[in-house]
Amino acid sequence: MKPAHGVWALILFLIIAHQDIWFWDDTTLVFGFLPVALAYHACISLAAAFTWYLATRFCWPSDQAPSAQGRDTA
Amino acid sequence: MAQLLIISGYLFLLLLLGIGASRLFRGTSQDYMLASHSIGPFLLLMSIFGTTMTAFALVGSTGESFKEGVGVYGMLASSSGIIHSLCFLLLGVKVWELGKKYEYRTQVQFFRDRLESRWIGVILFPVLVGLVIPYLLIGVMASGTVINKVTAGSIRDGQVVDGTFEEGTFPQFLEQGKKPKSEEPASFMYGSQGGVPKPLASLAICGIVLIYVFLGGMRGTTWANTFQTLVFMVLGIVTFVVIAWQLGGQESFWASLQMASNSIPVEKLTRIHIPPEKFLTYMFVPLSVGMFPHLFQHWLTARSAESFKLPIVAHPLFIAIVWVPCVLIGAWATSDLIAIPPPVAANPNAVLPFLVKQLAGPVLGGLLTAGILAAIMSSLDSQFLCLGTMFTEDVVRPLCGQRSLSDRQQLLVARLFIIGIVVLTYGLSLFEPRRVFTLGVWCFSGFSSLFPLIFAALYWPRLTKAGAYACVLAAAGSWLWLFRASEFAANPNFTVNIPVPITLDGDGYWQLMPVAAMIACSTVAMVCVSVVTKPPSDATVERFFPKNSS
Repeated sequence: MKPAHGVWALILFLIIAHQDIWFWDDTTLVFGFLPVALAYHACISLAAAFTWYLATRFCWPSDQAPSAQGRDTA
Repeated sequence: MAQLLIISGYLFLLLLLGIGASRLFRGTSQDYMLASHSIGPFLLLMSIFGTTMTAFALVGSTGESFKEGVGVYGMLASSSGIIHSLCFLLLGVKVWELGKKYEYRTQVQFFRDRLESRWIGVILFPVLVGLVIPYLLIGVMASGTVINKVTAGSIRDGQVVDGTFEEGTFPQFLEQGKKPKSEEPASFMYGSQGGVPKPLASLAICGIVLIYVFLGGMRGTTWANTFQTLVFMVLGIVTFVVIAWQLGGQESFWASLQMASNSIPVEKLTRIHIPPEKFLTYMFVPLSVGMFPHLFQHWLTARSAESFKLPIVAHPLFIAIVWVPCVLIGAWATSDLIAIPPPVAANPNAVLPFLVKQLAGPVLGGLLTAGILAAIMSSLDSQFLCLGTMFTEDVVRPLCGQRSLSDRQQLLVARLFIIGIVVLTYGLSLFEPRRVFTLGVWCFSGFSSLFPLIFAALYWPRLTKAGAYACVLAAAGSWLWLFRASEFAANPNFTVNIPVPITLDGDGYWQLMPVAAMIACSTVAMVCVSVVTKPPSDATVERFFPKNSS
């Protein structure tokens, strides 16, 4: 399997994992202060950032070489 | 009074920033509207994030969490972390490449070429402007509420005490307000409560943003966005720490956090009142970023495609940094650790400024308010600028011909149109307020319903002119029909209910967000009409889908 396919599979998994009906009526406080519904979705945000990092490495849609695009400094 | 002085100082600082940016202004409309394609990754990240995080993110999320509980984060924040970056990757980079290659400044210019239709702007322009207006309304309304609440007095024994201004300082129509859903006569307690009256505060914010946008154009807007995004992120975290500590009332910060969260009522900790299918269809709302005209313009400012990498990766993290504290604060406000007075509870937009006012002290309260205003203004500025650009490029230039207006005249026309729209929005903000969150969701839903159009334009060569017209008309028609059915956003829990034999919660219905129905309508219309109408010419297909491209 190409890395790009793996990244798209990971994105699909994130979308499915986002529907966490298993925590719907759970009142647990993670670390004693963070409601589990919030903690779980904060982890989804972290996982999304990692997945998008992989996407920029393996699924980049631009075929322009960086050298042809000028340098970024800001 | 200290809060008012700090807020005034902050606004003055913004004006200086606009003046600073104007000194680098190259005097061309290209520089004014797109900063001459010079924006690198960091500025692009901050300006895109600052633009997408508006009053909706701070004031709206806290208010909605106060009303509906912590499920709000999953409904819009974590889903946005996935969907926004998806749009930046799939749409933003492609749009930038095409925009740079063919010198596009607006969405309509792109669609005009891609669809081989000179007149697509005639229906797309009013739809886009019509959807930006409620988005502007969110910021204008929220800025007035925030400034008013932090400068207002407290209510004790049915009387307003310790306000910045005495009753009678301002004309009666500015000071008196009506209790929502009540026949009681207007009173000071439900009006300005000794603070800066909302209409005046909103007017001041509109004026400040207009001035620095006019002075600095896109470069000034990007600088101001970056500065304001840093301000609201840092001060947002400070707000969270201060409110947690004060509310929990324990010796250590950690113990205060635990005390505050342990006091949240059970129904606000769970999502038992949110149907799972409604939660699922909320995921369509963040698709709106694909069609935000102001974001389209920000994408075009990028120096290179590589500049998009940092925004794509960091956007979900930034969303978490801003939303998690706001949602927790909103849930804490429902606990018995603090009494929320009825006028504040009746207006969820006022919950965050009320807590800042009550728990932070005057100086810190002033600084934190500046942070909230920064979030609001960092969206307003891009929207103002974008409206001017769209009017000049999509209406005036096609009508007058390419060479009939000088750069100076184009800038003048853009600025006059912006002023017209701001006056209209300000007028609308004076009517009965809506929940920022509800209004935001309706506005975003409208843009989301146009998502199939931009996606197909970039990835489906078979999309035709007639298919695009059908898509826009179906999106606009379904939005108007459903918005009316929701009593013009007065019903915050409006859903499209489809009777089905089996549901997870056993209520016999799928309760879907209206956005799901709108996207279904626009997609079906676009695909059906495209496949039965004449395909675009080979030249256009080769232009937008070159064979050597991946």
